[in-house]
Amino acid sequence: MSSQLSSQLNKPATQTAGAEGYNFAYLDEQSKRMIRRAMLKAVAIPGYQVPFGGREMPLPHGWGTGGMQLTATVIGEADTLKVIDQGADDTTNAVSIRRFFAKTAGVATTEHTADASLIQTRHRIPERQLRNDQILIYQVPIPEPLRFIEPRETETRKMHALREYGAMQVKLYEDVARFGHIATSYDYPVMVNDRYMMDPSPIPKFDNPKMNQMPALQLFGAGFEKRIYAVPPYTRVVSLDFDDYPFEVQSWEESCSICGSDHSFLDEVIMDDAGNKMFVCSDTDYCRERVEQGFTAENPEGQQGLTPEHNQVQQENKKQDDTKAEEMAL
Amino acid sequence: MNAIQNVNGQPLKGGKDTSAERQAGKWQDDAPLLSVRDICKFYAPGKGCGDVSFDLYPGEVLGIVGESGSGKSTLLSTLSARLQPDSGQVIYNSAQFGELDLYACDEAERRVLMRSEWGIVHQHARDGLRMNVSAGANIGERLMAVGERHYGSIREKAEEWLTAVEIDTGRIDDRPSQFSGGMQQRLQIARNLVTHPKLIFMDEPTGGLDVSVQARLLDLLRNLVSQLGLSVIIVTHDLAVARLLAHRLMVMRRGEVVETGLTDQVLDDPQHPYTQLLVSSILQN
Repeated sequence: MSSQLSSQLNKPATQTAGAEGYNFAYLDEQSKRMIRRAMLKAVAIPGYQVPFGGREMPLPHGWGTGGMQLTATVIGEADTLKVIDQGADDTTNAVSIRRFFAKTAGVATTEHTADASLIQTRHRIPERQLRNDQILIYQVPIPEPLRFIEPRETETRKMHALREYGAMQVKLYEDVARFGHIATSYDYPVMVNDRYMMDPSPIPKFDNPKMNQMPALQLFGAGFEKRIYAVPPYTRVVSLDFDDYPFEVQSWEESCSICGSDHSFLDEVIMDDAGNKMFVCSDTDYCRERVEQGFTAENPEGQQGLTPEHNQVQQENKKQDDTKAEEMAL
Repeated sequence: MNAIQNVNGQPLKGGKDTSAERQAGKWQDDAPLLSVRDICKFYAPGKGCGDVSFDLYPGEVLGIVGESGSGKSTLLSTLSARLQPDSGQVIYNSAQFGELDLYACDEAERRVLMRSEWGIVHQHARDGLRMNVSAGANIGERLMAVGERHYGSIREKAEEWLTAVEIDTGRIDDRPSQFSGGMQQRLQIARNLVTHPKLIFMDEPTGGLDVSVQARLLDLLRNLVSQLGLSVIIVTHDLAVARLLAHRLMVMRRGEVVETGLTDQVLDDPQHPYTQLLVSSILQN
């Protein structure tokens, strides 16, 4: 389980790679050691929030400093980094964090989920199933799921320690009483390994089922609140619900206007002042991959003979060009 | 319910019909529910409560009366496991855990007691309610805390209890902040009773309510207490409330218990000078 983490941890950091005058991946080695210790504890107690001495990053709090500190700590020279923000590789936050690590650690970056060994994310889990040799790092704004019902930190810690999670159900009760269904659509509380209640960060509840028994290691970093927590690979993650109002994910009547996908998380995009809109995949890499495989809005079943496996080879070739192109751009 | 007429129409004294039989020693057949031994908690000399010992039996209502600052609320907090005493023991006979020394046992057990076998009714309803969630959620919270996960049955029970405390079930989705003071107090009682506790701690439950609302609340409490066979420890400075609800009284002054006895006995034939003063301070008409 932790073999992948420890293999990451044991990689010697070199001063040569990356930007002049900075340590490898920006953070100093002492801070990294401190964060690694917190991280190992987090992995050992799935879902438990481990406090750590959050460092200043060259970015305001709330822009992903928690996730960046984790990434800086686990990244090694051999890693390939992907950064997404709301599923997209090309948004400001994602681009700047990716460039930051390309510059300070000199690592390869990619937009392809399949090629990445480290994925830092804000508010989404990639549509493509992650593998055991990948690590998913979440940026977390508020790590405490019980905060809305209990403002005192001493009390919430006690509630976690004694497993008093009845109050969490009150939130869901209020939803059903007011809207007739569980209307919480993101930041949907989960129970990890049947023990700790965890805030999955503001991912849509659509992504909650992906966390359950995920082969990849999931790390969560809250920079402002200075907390680290983790879900080790193949861990049970259950979303809260009522017996008579079971957990359900969002669904759309539309499908993606670009790749025709009817099973991925869709963003609604307003096109003009007349109120015309389109729906597109929030995971831009997944959408691109499907288009390459021949899926289109007109042809959502895909071209005959072109299967994902068939396409793999083609992608392998393309990936190297892409990475090179990105490095050049930087 | 023509509760108000009953309370207003009769002299307060006539209210306790079954208590005579209970006072005849019926309780003593059972083991005490709560045994208090030499409890002391002082903030400063004379401020707090000291050397309090008593037994509370199942189904018994104990009133603690005294002037402001006499240590009533401090005593109640130490009894209900919310305030660590300087010395002394509180032993509770729990259905789940057996005999439990409240300040020597595991905190986890204490907190389980608080949400299952006990109820705490605060003087100010907003201390005991969650003001930002609906009345239904307020009642349902304890059920969910003890493991109820079926929305339909939680709601059904919430409606049942709203009816029991005379709140219109149409208000189930309203927040307590939209309720009147008397309704908030009744909601607080419903929220506590939903898990069928055995022992209720009340701190001035009628404080800040006008007389007619007080009368309704008292009548409601009296009915619930006798129907459910609750044991209650009620703190009040209002002797009329004590007379109406309590079987037994403890009079406190400057942190010490100066007189104990059956309610009628203490109020009609007070022995201690302070109790005599207290009783004679009531306006007579």
